[in-house]
Amino acid sequence: MITLSHYLMASGILFALGLTGVMLRRNIIIVFMCLEMMLSATNLSLVAFSRYGVVQGHSNYQAQMLVFFIITVAAAEVAVGLAIIVALFRAKQTIHTEDLNSLKF
Amino acid sequence: MIGFGAGVVVLRNPVACALSLVASFLALAALFVTLDAYFIAIIQVLVTAGAVMVLFLFIIMLLNLQAEVRRRVKLGAMLGGGLVVLCFVELLSDTLSSSPLFSQPLPPLAEPLHSDVTMIGLTLFHSFNLPFQIIGVLLLVATVGVVLLSRQTLK
Repeated sequence: MITLSHYLMASGILFALGLTGVMLRRNIIIVFMCLEMMLSATNLSLVAFSRYGVVQGHSNYQAQMLVFFIITVAAAEVAVGLAIIVALFRAKQTIHTEDLNSLKF
Repeated sequence: MIGFGAGVVVLRNPVACALSLVASFLALAALFVTLDAYFIAIIQVLVTAGAVMVLFLFIIMLLNLQAEVRRRVKLGAMLGGGLVVLCFVELLSDTLSSSPLFSQPLPPLAEPLHSDVTMIGLTLFHSFNLPFQIIGVLLLVATVGVVLLSRQTLK
């Protein structure tokens, strides 16, 4: 029998994997992909809460609305972020985070 | 899903990472279907696994990235990162085992009057009309911003 905690645990592990990637990987595109993975993990926990918090025999659709908006904003964010990465690559010819240190104190 | 997610973190070739992430997102959409969120599952496949990942693959191939060369890893940073993540997972499992609310079985749904998409549409256009329009403006702003950013000469 699958309970709420199983879904939340899967979501948490996916989030932790994304966090590991953001902290350990040096390729800026892969860091960006891991950010995307963390957003999706959040979506999974929201949908799980929506299904387990039944309102009048329906899933809680307000939570699913939040997921809908998160997906939309994530798509916009990916477009802007990748444009910035391409501009950065044109200027510096690298996507390795350690080589991008001109803002470093 | 977890396995493919781990692939994103572990693999060295960016293309393999992106494909692994696509597989992870497809598995996530399957989990959404098991939670009776059909609309969200379809959106996940179309938007995230489709459009966004195609964009990623485009950029990876545009920049002509090779598998990254092995560089010196900072052991301290790696240990610190691993520690933070382990603490997070430990805290999560503690929280999940602390309350019986988290181990309730799947509550049954009533016989649906409308389909899932109808309910989403009703909620979206009744209770969430203003955020919906704001999101439209946000997408427009993002589009204009991307066009501006990717012009050859930035002034």
